[in-house]
Amino acid sequence: MESKHPLEFLITWFIRLTGYSSIFFVVLILFFLVSEGLPALSEVSLDTLFSTRWYPIESYYGILPLILGSLVVTIGAMLIAVPFGIGTAVYLSEVARPMVREILKPLVEILAGLPSVMLGFLGIQVVSPFLREFLDLPTGLTAFAGSLLLGGIAIPTIVSIAEDAMNNVPQSYRQGALALGATRWQTMWGVTFPAARSGIITAIMLGLGRAIGETMTVMMVTGNAPIMPNSIRALFMPIRTMTATIASEMGEVAAGSIHYHVLFFIGIVLFLLALIVNITASWVSMRKQTHKERVLS
Amino acid sequence: MEKIVVENFSLTYSDGAESLQNINLKINEHTITALIGPAGGGKSTFLRAMNRLNDLADVAALSGHLYINGQDVLDPKTNVIQLRRTVGIVFARPLPLPLTIYENVSFGLQAAGERRKAVLDEAVERALRQAQLWDEVYDRLGDSAFAISGGQQQRLCIARVLALQPEIILLDEPTSALDPISTAKIETSLLELKEKYTIVIAPHNIQQAARIADDVAFFLQGEVVEFAPAEKIFTTPKDRRTLDYVQGRFG
Repeated sequence: MESKHPLEFLITWFIRLTGYSSIFFVVLILFFLVSEGLPALSEVSLDTLFSTRWYPIESYYGILPLILGSLVVTIGAMLIAVPFGIGTAVYLSEVARPMVREILKPLVEILAGLPSVMLGFLGIQVVSPFLREFLDLPTGLTAFAGSLLLGGIAIPTIVSIAEDAMNNVPQSYRQGALALGATRWQTMWGVTFPAARSGIITAIMLGLGRAIGETMTVMMVTGNAPIMPNSIRALFMPIRTMTATIASEMGEVAAGSIHYHVLFFIGIVLFLLALIVNITASWVSMRKQTHKERVLS
Repeated sequence: MEKIVVENFSLTYSDGAESLQNINLKINEHTITALIGPAGGGKSTFLRAMNRLNDLADVAALSGHLYINGQDVLDPKTNVIQLRRTVGIVFARPLPLPLTIYENVSFGLQAAGERRKAVLDEAVERALRQAQLWDEVYDRLGDSAFAISGGQQQRLCIARVLALQPEIILLDEPTSALDPISTAKIETSLLELKEKYTIVIAPHNIQQAARIADDVAFFLQGEVVEFAPAEKIFTTPKDRRTLDYVQGRFG
């Protein structure tokens, strides 16, 4: 690393600085989050914190309904987004003719950039009135409506990345499999899919991350009632997620109050969930690969 | 006995380039036929036509007949899947599938619906032995196929074709990416394999054709200039262009 040229030296340090600074900012955010959120643990007993009632004005700080609310909506969204997303990706990469793909792929990617408030608007105006009438519910603003729309948000992300992953599988693999008398379906299922596995898992995880962190849409369509989801029927009742709680209450809370600290604590929980998703993703996609294989391929 | 009979076979790609013109060949059972000639002469195209892999390419027009076991494989009604199990192909670059060594060899059989473990085990061992690879990999069949050397990967590709017990094996410059020792191993196994199979190879160079071929077809710009037994092509070819090519004046 000994460089005599001063410019060389300068550039090296500049690049190093930019690299370190991004880590530094992330650490700073984490520090802020923890320092504002952890006091909640001493101000509110754990029993209260993990109870089932969220009503901050009367000092009920149970965040369980919010965590479960987020989980219900997210899981529902993934149940919709994964099959549709992967199916579309397979269609685009393996079945569609090149011309069709050239048109559809950019369209899907534009969809990924749609502002979520637009989808929320669509949810309020179209999806929830339809659900209310079709399923005969007291209100259409339910967890299910949130899942439908969040699914819609996650699908373009999943399609785009999964399609890239399958497209990157060398044509020679497909040719090799077809030459051995495999059908198109066997080639896809037995060769292309496993080869693209880590990319497909990344796609699902990014979609999942997008769904967990999404705020605006769920705030608009899930009804925002912090009710404990404790049965299947809860799917068709109003619900409230962690993100929506932070977004809607942070503006009105007194800085430094218990309520304020608890909101940050919810932020920590959200952060941990996202971390778990990411770690699982990298663990799953690395799992079957041995060290040798990674070096050689 | 004639295994492959080609009559007036022509093929045109959709970009207008005529790749093969009026090919006529008769290939006997249990022989090695080498297709020689400079690059771009249509050797690969011809090999791929025989098991209909050119279905994947942009082929605009096909004419003539390509009989294998008396059946015209160009017939649209041909069962392509079945054909590819009968006519296996090995490509120029060693391209194992992203699976384990064992799965690479058993892939074709499993695709054909074979589920019995004992049958698969036996077929994998037999194929690997025929491809002279068994001794080098028998203790690590579960490893990724990318963990072995290039020469071993190419023999693995031969083994996965052999596992299907085809009748014809096509090889498209199978040793072009390999070192001399791996090349020699593959040539040795080809000479053994011709007792059971019919082999059509686009060799890596003319010397390879001289070492292993029974018959030689000289492809030049989409035409077969000359087709004759190897010793005749290499000593007393009829066509001036063949002589020039085998003596190294062009190509």
